Amino acid sequence: MHDMSTHAAHHGAPTSFIRKHIFSLDHKVIGKQYYGLALLAAVIGMVLSWLMRLHLGFANFAIPGLHLLSKTGAPSDVMTPEYYLQLMTMHGTIMVFFVLTTAPFAAFGNYFLPIQAGAEDMPFPHFNMMSFWVTFVGFCVLVASFFVGDGPSLAGWTQYAPLSAVGSIAGPGEGMGEVLWASSIAIFCIGQLLGSLNFITTTLDMRCKGMSLMRLPLTSWAWFITSLMGLTAFAVLMPACILLILDHVAGTSFFVASNLVINGQLLPHSGGSTLLWQHLFWFFGHPEVYIAIVPAMGIVSHILITNMRRPLLSHRVLIYCMASIAVLSYMVYGHHMFVSGMNPYSSLAFSFPTLIITIPATIIVLIWIGSIYGSKLRINAASLFALGFVSMFISGGISGFFLAQPSIDIMLHATYFVVGHFHLVMAVAAMFGIFAGTYFWFPKMFGRMMNDTLGKLHFWLSFVGAYCIFMPFHYLGIAGNVRRYQAFTDPYLVPLIPVHKFITVAALLTGAAQAIFVYNLVYSRFWGPKASDNPWQGTSLEWSTASPPPHNNFGDTMPVVYHDPYQYSVEGASADFIMQTSPENVHSGKEEQ
Amino acid sequence: MAKLLAVTIVIIAILSAIPIITHKWPGDISVGLPQDISTHGALIDEQFSDTMLEAGIAFLASQLLLAFFIWKYSNPKPDAKVKRFPGGATGLVLAGFMLVGTEVLALGVFGAKAWGAQYFTPPAPDAVQVQVQAQQFAFYFRYPGPDGKFGPIHPNLINEAEANFFGLDTTNDQDSKDDIVTAEIAVPVNREVHLLMHSRDLGHSFYVPELRVHQDFVPGLDLSLHFTATKIGKYEIACTQLCGLGHYAMTAYLEVMSESDYENWLKQQAALQ
Repeated sequence: MHDMSTHAAHHGAPTSFIRKHIFSLDHKVIGKQYYGLALLAAVIGMVLSWLMRLHLGFANFAIPGLHLLSKTGAPSDVMTPEYYLQLMTMHGTIMVFFVLTTAPFAAFGNYFLPIQAGAEDMPFPHFNMMSFWVTFVGFCVLVASFFVGDGPSLAGWTQYAPLSAVGSIAGPGEGMGEVLWASSIAIFCIGQLLGSLNFITTTLDMRCKGMSLMRLPLTSWAWFITSLMGLTAFAVLMPACILLILDHVAGTSFFVASNLVINGQLLPHSGGSTLLWQHLFWFFGHPEVYIAIVPAMGIVSHILITNMRRPLLSHRVLIYCMASIAVLSYMVYGHHMFVSGMNPYSSLAFSFPTLIITIPATIIVLIWIGSIYGSKLRINAASLFALGFVSMFISGGISGFFLAQPSIDIMLHATYFVVGHFHLVMAVAAMFGIFAGTYFWFPKMFGRMMNDTLGKLHFWLSFVGAYCIFMPFHYLGIAGNVRRYQAFTDPYLVPLIPVHKFITVAALLTGAAQAIFVYNLVYSRFWGPKASDNPWQGTSLEWSTASPPPHNNFGDTMPVVYHDPYQYSVEGASADFIMQTSPENVHSGKEEQ
Repeated sequence: MAKLLAVTIVIIAILSAIPIITHKWPGDISVGLPQDISTHGALIDEQFSDTMLEAGIAFLASQLLLAFFIWKYSNPKPDAKVKRFPGGATGLVLAGFMLVGTEVLALGVFGAKAWGAQYFTPPAPDAVQVQVQAQQFAFYFRYPGPDGKFGPIHPNLINEAEANFFGLDTTNDQDSKDDIVTAEIAVPVNREVHLLMHSRDLGHSFYVPELRVHQDFVPGLDLSLHFTATKIGKYEIACTQLCGLGHYAMTAYLEVMSESDYENWLKQQAALQ
């Protein structure tokens, strides 16, 4: 532990509007900027999903005004097959990279990691500012692809080569749209690498006096573990994207094999490997699942603890399990490639770690559920979303048992079963983590309370709605419904269309319910009741400073930590919680260890 | 409100399980596994059922336990004291290791058997050989003809207009002269079939749910697949690897025929070349 917080990241409070709100070095402003970007991206991503669902549920449905977005993609407001795939690609890319990565990790992590560690800021504030603005540029580059030539890439968020590597000869969007996609993600990776470096050094070097590693809250641990994953995963995806760009613009053949004939034309490429892209992509792609979900695990743990008025049954086990998941996440990626043509013995080698990763995940769930036992559970919007997360994580995680086995993957690979699985476990669960975190930390970030009644209404509509959307996906997949089809014209798929209609209606209603959240967010930001410094009676350092915190987080006196992070309901204490900064002398029970 | 959440979780868990158990969606829509028409499919189906049983129990048990604890421990009296779960974290960690560890070991070991039946067993030497070529957005099939040999492929000779889909040189390559190229595949019932698969352009896939086969086409790689169909009928081949704007329409049919019908069909196709 080092006490560097008083000098390493010191920078004076900004005075100009630009340095205060735009090119700010303050981790809190950067965190809010990331949150704003994620919110914008989530709205775009959700609208895209609405368009896709309308098209799938009601074939040839004319969506009024769609031609304004693309004259060629939606003549007469009806989507063309390629435009469906383009919107699908953009939906997945925007959601995975610019929502599920930025909100739980970059947004909340930026804002709260330094505060929870007791630091004045992150050690490299300029890198931190660059991290956000580079990410923002990446987002703009991606959105720009909507407006070029034949539109954005249609190769899906996984961008399998050679479809993604051979240019516009393979179809609309595979020319400039594809180059913009790869450029955007390469830029995004740079932003996340800069951010990860800051997270790691903040955790290791910026903790205040008394803040041992084990005294960090579970959120900080989750962000730290995630930043380690980010450092290695994005460092692989970025060069992969650069190689992909080179295949387009420099005539290289990293991902294009010899003697391919597309549209009657023999390609000049030779010697590339199609599977190389899949290996590189999934080496990033599977850890990315955990980059989205581990911060949410930390957030949910933190919120459950505060609202249960007790620590989890084990602080250390949670940390060890999250760390195990991070390590194992690099050994499981091949389960995305069971039927890809790689050596079938490799499939077994990837199958066992994939099955084994369910052990730490299960232990985490058992610790959460076991900790509710005998607790004093408070119900509010934040705790509802946290409990909803647990339910979603169970549902989405359990279907992983199927996809971890190559023999069963023969039936389920590339079907809607996979779509249901990853949406529940990665997307919806992570979104629930984001919502829980928002309701919980909004008072600290903005100094005002959100409306809890609206928050609860938002929860009920989202919880029931998400199950109505994503559980039926599993049934479709079992029946053999292939994903990434823009229409279900095959005789064996036609009978399943009523299920798609049900999902579409559920998606429209659940999506509309998110307006309640946006309204609550905007209204509360300006007109919500003033928040106290510690409205939830929390114990970690963010609750020991003002709401919102001052420029250097703690004012004139930097905090000194005396306790483990979650001293709730301690026998003999003067209140049912003891803040980390309280010098009150208490006996730390065994269960907090 | 906590009790409402508990009840909602229970209702969702039960409703979610019903289509899995009944294989039906309201309106008598079948959402179970398609019928199995292969010799190796029984092992896959058994593995699927075993996994469904174990996962189903884990799903229902954990959701119901979550709901029960939410019901019981929310909004306690102000003077209530927190209680510790019997056995604490140690018990839960051991339970996680023992229950899930045993489950994943069993699934992994038995699943390897089902996978091996398909992928670790070579096709019989007398299996019917069919070459399959995938391309945007069609499958083409080639039978070796009476000589039992496939002629070489020349990518530069591929010509859609002249229906030379494989790039065969029937003038100079002796082995190509009797090759039979078709847009659909027919196979004899109860005889092993060995598919030799390659892609002409991009990534594609060969998925016949009833046959319990699923294999990607990878440009630059020659891959193979073997199966024995046990039921006469016509089954759809779907591409599951996103290959461009016409991906959804990239289908072909696999017809399983009696041995005599298959021989007749092959003769008819040869006459059409």
